[in-house]
Amino acid sequence: MKYVDVFRDAELAHQLAQHILQQADPGRHYRLMEFCGGHTHAVFRYGLPALLPDNVELVHGPGCPVCVLPVARLEQALELSRLPEVILCSYGDMLRVPAGRGQSLLKARADGADIRMLYSPLEALTLAQQHPERQVVFFAIGFETTTPPTAVLIQRADEMGISNLSVLCNHVLTPAAMHAILTPSEGEATAIDGFIGPAHVSTVIGSEAYAPFPRQFGKPVVIAGFEPLDLLQAISMLVGQLNRHEARVENQFSRAVTPGGNPKARALVEQVFERRDSFEWRGLGEVPASALKIRPEYARYDAEQRFELSAPRAREHPACECPAVLRGQKRPDQCRLFGTPCTPDNPLGACMVSSEGACAAWYRYNRGRIAMQERE
Amino acid sequence: MCLAVPVEVVALTGPGRALADMGGVRREIDVSLLDDLEVGDFVILHVGFALQKLDRVEAEKTLVMLQQMAAQQQ
Repeated sequence: MKYVDVFRDAELAHQLAQHILQQADPGRHYRLMEFCGGHTHAVFRYGLPALLPDNVELVHGPGCPVCVLPVARLEQALELSRLPEVILCSYGDMLRVPAGRGQSLLKARADGADIRMLYSPLEALTLAQQHPERQVVFFAIGFETTTPPTAVLIQRADEMGISNLSVLCNHVLTPAAMHAILTPSEGEATAIDGFIGPAHVSTVIGSEAYAPFPRQFGKPVVIAGFEPLDLLQAISMLVGQLNRHEARVENQFSRAVTPGGNPKARALVEQVFERRDSFEWRGLGEVPASALKIRPEYARYDAEQRFELSAPRAREHPACECPAVLRGQKRPDQCRLFGTPCTPDNPLGACMVSSEGACAAWYRYNRGRIAMQERE
Repeated sequence: MCLAVPVEVVALTGPGRALADMGGVRREIDVSLLDDLEVGDFVILHVGFALQKLDRVEAEKTLVMLQQMAAQQQ
């Protein structure tokens, strides 16, 4: 595929890894967080940790929307799906996520609820037109990439005068979560030296959105594409900045990310959504101004207004170390639930929920290696 | 979740709509979030929407930089 394969060249990857090995100061440790779950997945899929020197450590961030969505919000969707008039639709990733008591949207569908998997949110418009007697609810999740499409959906519904459609909005904001990671609770130190900034989120919000992190926290950010060479180059750029005691925003993914991002998409999001005062993230807890809700002008498309829903309540496993894992303070295997009983088939915490979560990726790709090391 | 793929615009089919080629498979996509799109442009496609245009010149520059970094190791 054009613009993909060239960034997967194995020989170049090995040479870049050599370059990083020479760059890295053996006298220090580099802890770099890839925020985005897509990056986490790519890091493991291409075996990047094995290519990097031991003192360049990748820490896996909270950028997996299905992982960080509190179970209580999923339970709201399950509650809606049980109403006979409702057709609940969402992305495939969301349907598999387990709620409490062995429930999930897929399970609810097997039990008779009308739940549909969408590729594009605009398919909800067609569903609403085809079923005028039903209530179509789009369970919207995701970061700044999926938010503009949801905004288009709401605007089109408004233009077309579709009244049997609403959105259960759970869109969250990347910079707010990065801010939370760099603001540890009292007595704890920030465990991150720099960020690998997300690729596709940044195509929308632009590289300027990360300016506060070098300024306020002294941490460099390098936005990276999703291919292995992109990631290696970004790691090299971060190591270079740290060696020079610099903290700047750099853009490795300049083929798709501009300083201002996509102004049209941003304006549309601004028109349809506003910030919530606070939103609970699975693993990070309450984060101020970190999520979006539908503006009062579009309240008739807001499922939270249209239906009477129970207030979301948090219930996390008390031994779960996700908060520390998501902040880079612990490795997944340092949690006592990891592997037994918390596994991708039976996730007890946020990071085990999808293949983009830190614990699930670690479980899938690293477990064998750890077992071998233990035997040695 | 935020995965997206570069696809080539092969036809503009209506206001805010285009036909895209994704490695041989063609499908209609929404391009209403982008202005000044032309046939032959590559775009980043996510949940049916083109989020951003790919800049060929910048892609080439990145590749040259990568090769320069790698060449230092030979």
